[in-house]
Amino acid sequence: MMKAPGLRLYAMLYLLVLYAPILVLPLFAFNDASIVAFPLAGFTTKWFGEMWQDPNLGIALRNSLIIALSTATLATVLGIFAARSSVRYQWPGKPIVMGAIMLPLVLPEMIVAMALLVILLSLGVPLSIFTIIMGHVLICMPFAVAILTSAFQSLDRSFEEAAMDLGETPWSTFRLIVLPLVMPGILSSFLITFTISIDEFIISNFLGSGRPILSVYIFGQFRFPAKVPAMLALGTILVCFSILLLIIAEYFRRRGVARIGGKDTGGFL
Amino acid sequence: MAKGNSEARTGWLLVSPPAVYTVLLLAAPLATVLIYSFLTGGKGEVGAPVTLQNYIDLFTQPVYRAVMWRSLTISLMVTATTVILAYPIAYFVSFHVSPSKKSLWLFLITIPFWTSYIIRVSLWRTILGYNGIVDSLLMGLGITAEPVNILSHGFASIVFTLSHAYAPFAVLPIFVSLEKVDRALLEAGQDLGETRWTTFLRVTLPLTMPGVIAAVLIVFIPTVGDYVTPELIGGGKTPMIANLIEVEMLKKRDQAMGSAIAVAAMLIVGVVSAAFVLANRRYLGGRK
Repeated sequence: MMKAPGLRLYAMLYLLVLYAPILVLPLFAFNDASIVAFPLAGFTTKWFGEMWQDPNLGIALRNSLIIALSTATLATVLGIFAARSSVRYQWPGKPIVMGAIMLPLVLPEMIVAMALLVILLSLGVPLSIFTIIMGHVLICMPFAVAILTSAFQSLDRSFEEAAMDLGETPWSTFRLIVLPLVMPGILSSFLITFTISIDEFIISNFLGSGRPILSVYIFGQFRFPAKVPAMLALGTILVCFSILLLIIAEYFRRRGVARIGGKDTGGFL
Repeated sequence: MAKGNSEARTGWLLVSPPAVYTVLLLAAPLATVLIYSFLTGGKGEVGAPVTLQNYIDLFTQPVYRAVMWRSLTISLMVTATTVILAYPIAYFVSFHVSPSKKSLWLFLITIPFWTSYIIRVSLWRTILGYNGIVDSLLMGLGITAEPVNILSHGFASIVFTLSHAYAPFAVLPIFVSLEKVDRALLEAGQDLGETRWTTFLRVTLPLTMPGVIAAVLIVFIPTVGDYVTPELIGGGKTPMIANLIEVEMLKKRDQAMGSAIAVAAMLIVGVVSAAFVLANRRYLGGRK
């Protein structure tokens, strides 16, 4: 490897700035002062207790979990259909259909949210947790398809053919051979879509008619300076949780790559 | 032939659940928005007459023009900042990090992106705001006597916050294109008398332009439609397109105008993206 001290220093600085807000988070979540500023006033865990004083947090957390679990399940199942069909079979119109499924990736989220809102209002569908799930599945599906496509692509087709030759039906081949081999991809897709859904704000805000949802709740609370330290405590927990989920997802993704015997080509995107 | 047909049928059958879902929840709503944008709206109703008035208002009235212009400028500035700052990082990871550690670096760069966007943006509000962390730090070190309140400069703080939020997006596509560069070409360039810098300019950079363009699009498209940052960081005083759509759709209850702005936003995104792709083609074409 060539030495490049300047570039290395730049890379370190870049990472430092990238992580600045995440580093600030725990620093002030454990700080014993209601004003978020230097100098630090001393260590406390009271903000972690105080955030539970507001009953809305519990409701928001429960709503978000329901939404994220449903979204992750639906988006991953639909993603399996799309990825399997596009990788394994040749059919006319594939670029258009797959393009449409991936379209939410390149549409500003506000436009997706407003288009859904317009049609739901005109059909008279009442806004609820269910309408948020509908929107979340739409924006999470492209991520699921992307992860699952690479999982299906690295699958050796001769395994399937061998199973068929040995008398398995297409369905039992899929269940016994294909599914176990792409399972790491499925888990990784589930975790990623879960994380996206928990964090998502715009659809949760506009398609839920003011129900407390975690991201909407946090957005609202940050407007009151007195609530900020408790929100930093909540944020610390959420960030730790996200990072944990990501490490698990990355673990499964790598195990999947290793199991199929492929070469690791980098991250999720 | 028969085999081909049955394969196509299986393929269609398999893809139909996600395809139907997309048609019902994406194509139909977008079509509705397109139709609404040519109708007359107000007080929560949309109806006849069919008109171009929404679009005429959008491109002639200063209020709308100012917001669209601001969105475009902010997101072009964010795009330039993120891509220029990301290139050296991608270059470093691709050329100067040992292969076994590349995954780890990419993982480190992407982690912040997967943590709550709302929390990251809200944090910048706390960090940059009046008597916030930066102010207390500057005053504590005796650099300034008064709070600077960076947040009061809405435009600049929005550009800064968005650049930070989208930084990881720009690194990945550039990294992927750098990985594909044949290292032998660089040696050839230097053997033929180029310096490292001219080799970079004449070999590496042109070869990685597709990655740069991908990075530009990946950052530009979502930032044009960003809603949270102007709301939290700009304090609602520097609205961008998404905030304008909210005002028209939900506060003024004019779904026709709101739809027209949404369509215009998609057009702006489409035109600017196409312009980048074409400019890139000409740039690469002109070098041959």
